[in-house]
Amino acid sequence: MTASSLRRSPALAVISMVLVALWVILAAFPFIWTLWGSFKVQGDFFSRADWMNALTGPLTVKQTGASITGQGYFGAWIESGFWRNVMNTGIVVTCTVVISLTLGTLGGYALARSGFRYAFWILMIALVFRAMPHITLVSGYLMPFFQWNLWGHLPTAIIVLVAINQPFTLWMLHSFFLNIPKDLDESAMVDGCTRFQAFRHVIMPVMWPGVITTGLFSFLLAYNDFAVTAMLLTQDNQTMVPRIASFLGSVQQEGNVMFAVAAVVSATAPLFVLILFFQRQIVSGLTAGAVKG
Amino acid sequence: MPHRTFLWFILPSLSAMILFIALPIVSVVIQSLHVEHEQVLVTVETCGPFGCTNETRVDTEATAALREAQPLGRFNGLGTYVNRAHLATAELSAAWRTTDSLGAFLGQALNLPFYKALAFTLAYTAVVTPLVLVLGLAIALGVNALPRLLRGPTIFFSLLPMIVTPLIGSLVLFWMVDANGVIGAGMQRLFDDPDLSLKASPALTWAMLFVYGVWHSAPFAFIVFYAGLQTVPGETLEAAMIDGANRWERVRYVVIPHLMPLAVFVTLMQLMDNFRVFEPIVGFQAQASATSLSYIIYSDLRGDTQQFGSAAATSVLTIIGVAILLAPVLLRTWRDFNRKRA
Repeated sequence: MTASSLRRSPALAVISMVLVALWVILAAFPFIWTLWGSFKVQGDFFSRADWMNALTGPLTVKQTGASITGQGYFGAWIESGFWRNVMNTGIVVTCTVVISLTLGTLGGYALARSGFRYAFWILMIALVFRAMPHITLVSGYLMPFFQWNLWGHLPTAIIVLVAINQPFTLWMLHSFFLNIPKDLDESAMVDGCTRFQAFRHVIMPVMWPGVITTGLFSFLLAYNDFAVTAMLLTQDNQTMVPRIASFLGSVQQEGNVMFAVAAVVSATAPLFVLILFFQRQIVSGLTAGAVKG
Repeated sequence: MPHRTFLWFILPSLSAMILFIALPIVSVVIQSLHVEHEQVLVTVETCGPFGCTNETRVDTEATAALREAQPLGRFNGLGTYVNRAHLATAELSAAWRTTDSLGAFLGQALNLPFYKALAFTLAYTAVVTPLVLVLGLAIALGVNALPRLLRGPTIFFSLLPMIVTPLIGSLVLFWMVDANGVIGAGMQRLFDDPDLSLKASPALTWAMLFVYGVWHSAPFAFIVFYAGLQTVPGETLEAAMIDGANRWERVRYVVIPHLMPLAVFVTLMQLMDNFRVFEPIVGFQAQASATSLSYIIYSDLRGDTQQFGSAAATSVLTIIGVAILLAPVLLRTWRDFNRKRA
C-alpha cells in the first residue's frame, strides 16, 4: 500500500496498536510463563495461594536453597531417560525430512513439467490424501504391521511419516518448480543433457530456497506428530511428543508434573530457534501455496 | 514430458502414497467389516460324588489358536457400523419412537458415543474456522499499520502458537487454566468461586478447546492475509479514496475482495485441519466432556483390548465425512480445470 493510503486517524492507530499488542501477549505469554515456571518446584508453578509464587518461588527456595532449580530438567532428562526420546526424535525427523525431500523434488518436478491430465489428477488425489486424519490411516496400519512384525521400529515410523508428508511436499515443491522457467531445463536438454541430468545439474541448484522452505514444513510435520509416533512405536523407541503424553499418565506423584513441564520446554526450544533463523522462509512457505491458489 | 520419464520421476513418491495412504484406506474398509472372534466355549462335564454337572468354560487355547489363524476376525458385514458405538440405528429409532420432542431426541442421540464425537467435531470446525479467519484478518490489518521496525518481532511471536507441537501447545495452556495454574486460580478469585473449574463443566471445556483452536490457527490466517495485504493495488485504493470512500469502505470494497482467494485457501486448510481435531483433547484431558472422531479411533486402538473393527468402522465414517467436506472444493477445481482446457 502506498504511504498516502496508510495515513489514518490517531485513534484508529492506537486501537490497532493495542489490538496487536494484546495478540502478541496472548501468543507469547504462555510460553514465557512455562519457561520461567519450569525452573521452579511444583508447589510454586501450581500455586493456588498466590500466582506471584511462580515468579518469586518461595517454596523453591525452601526446598532447594535457591530461587531457581534444574530439578525438573534433571528428573526428565536423566532420571526418566528423556534424552533417549530426544535422540529418537532426532533420527526420525532427520530421516523423514531427507527422504521426503528426495521423493518430493522428483515428483514435484515431474508434476510441474507434465501438461497431461493425469498430473492434475495426481495433485487432486494428493489433496484428498492431505485431508485424511492421520489416526484413520494409523488404524489401517496397526493390524498388518502386527502381523508382519513391522510394528514398533523406528524405520516403520519414518517411512509412514514420509508417506503422510508426501501430498503436502508434492504440492509445495510443484508450485516452486512452476516458478522456474521451462526454458532452463529445455535449453540444457538441447545441449545434450538427459532429463535427469537437466533436473540434477540445472534445476536443483536454483531450487534450494524452495527445498529449504519445504524441508522446514516437513520437519514440523514429523516433529509435531503425535498420532503416528504414539501408536506405532514401542516404549523404547518412543519419540519426544508421545513420551511427554505418557509423563502425564503418571503425574499424580509430586514433582512428576515438573518433569513434563521441563520436557515440554525442552521440546519447544528447537522450534523457537527454528523460527528465529527461518522466519522468512516459514512466512514465504505459508504464502506460496496460497498465492498459487 | 514423455509419459515414461514422468512415470520414473513420480514413481517413488507415488508408490509411497499408494502403499501407506491408499492401501491403509482399503485395509480400514476390510477391517471394519470384521470383528474379533468370539471366545471358544467348551462344555465340560465334571462328575463328583453328588452327580455330574455341566460347566461351560472358555477354551483359551482354542481361542488363541483361532485368533492366530484368522487375525482379521470373523466377517460381520455392516454389523459394526450399526452397533451402539457407531451409527446406533436401533437406539436412534427407539429414541425417535419414545421421545416426543425434537430436543429430547437430540439429547438422547448426543449421548451415543459416535454422535457425541461427531457433534463436537462439527462444532469445533464450525466455530473455530470463521473465528480464525476474522481474528487473522484483524491482526493482519493491525500489523500492517505498525511501523516497519516492529513488524518482524510481532511476526516472530505470532508464529509461536502455530509452530509449536499441538500437544505441547495444549499442555502449556492446560497447565495455566488448571485450578492451581495462573489463569485458573485467577478466575476463581475473580468470580469468587473456589469450585470454579474449567475442566469440570462440559460447556467450559468446549469453550476452552475452541479458544485453543483459535489461538493455534489464527497465526496461519494472519500470515497469509498479511502477505496478501502487501500486494493490495495502491492505485485502486487511491482511486477509492478520491471517490470519497472512508476507511471502512476501502477495507470492505477493495481490501477484502483482493484477499478473497486467500480466504478461500485458508478456509479449505482450516476445514481439513479442524475436522481432525485430536491432540488438544489428549492435552487438555477433556475426553469426559468432549471427544472427537479422531479421539474415539485413538481410544479404541490404545485400550487393553484393541478394537480394530470398531476403530476401522469409525475411520471409514470419518473418511466419508472428509469426502463430503471436500466435495465442493473438488467439484469447483474440476470445473475450473475443464474450463481452462476448453
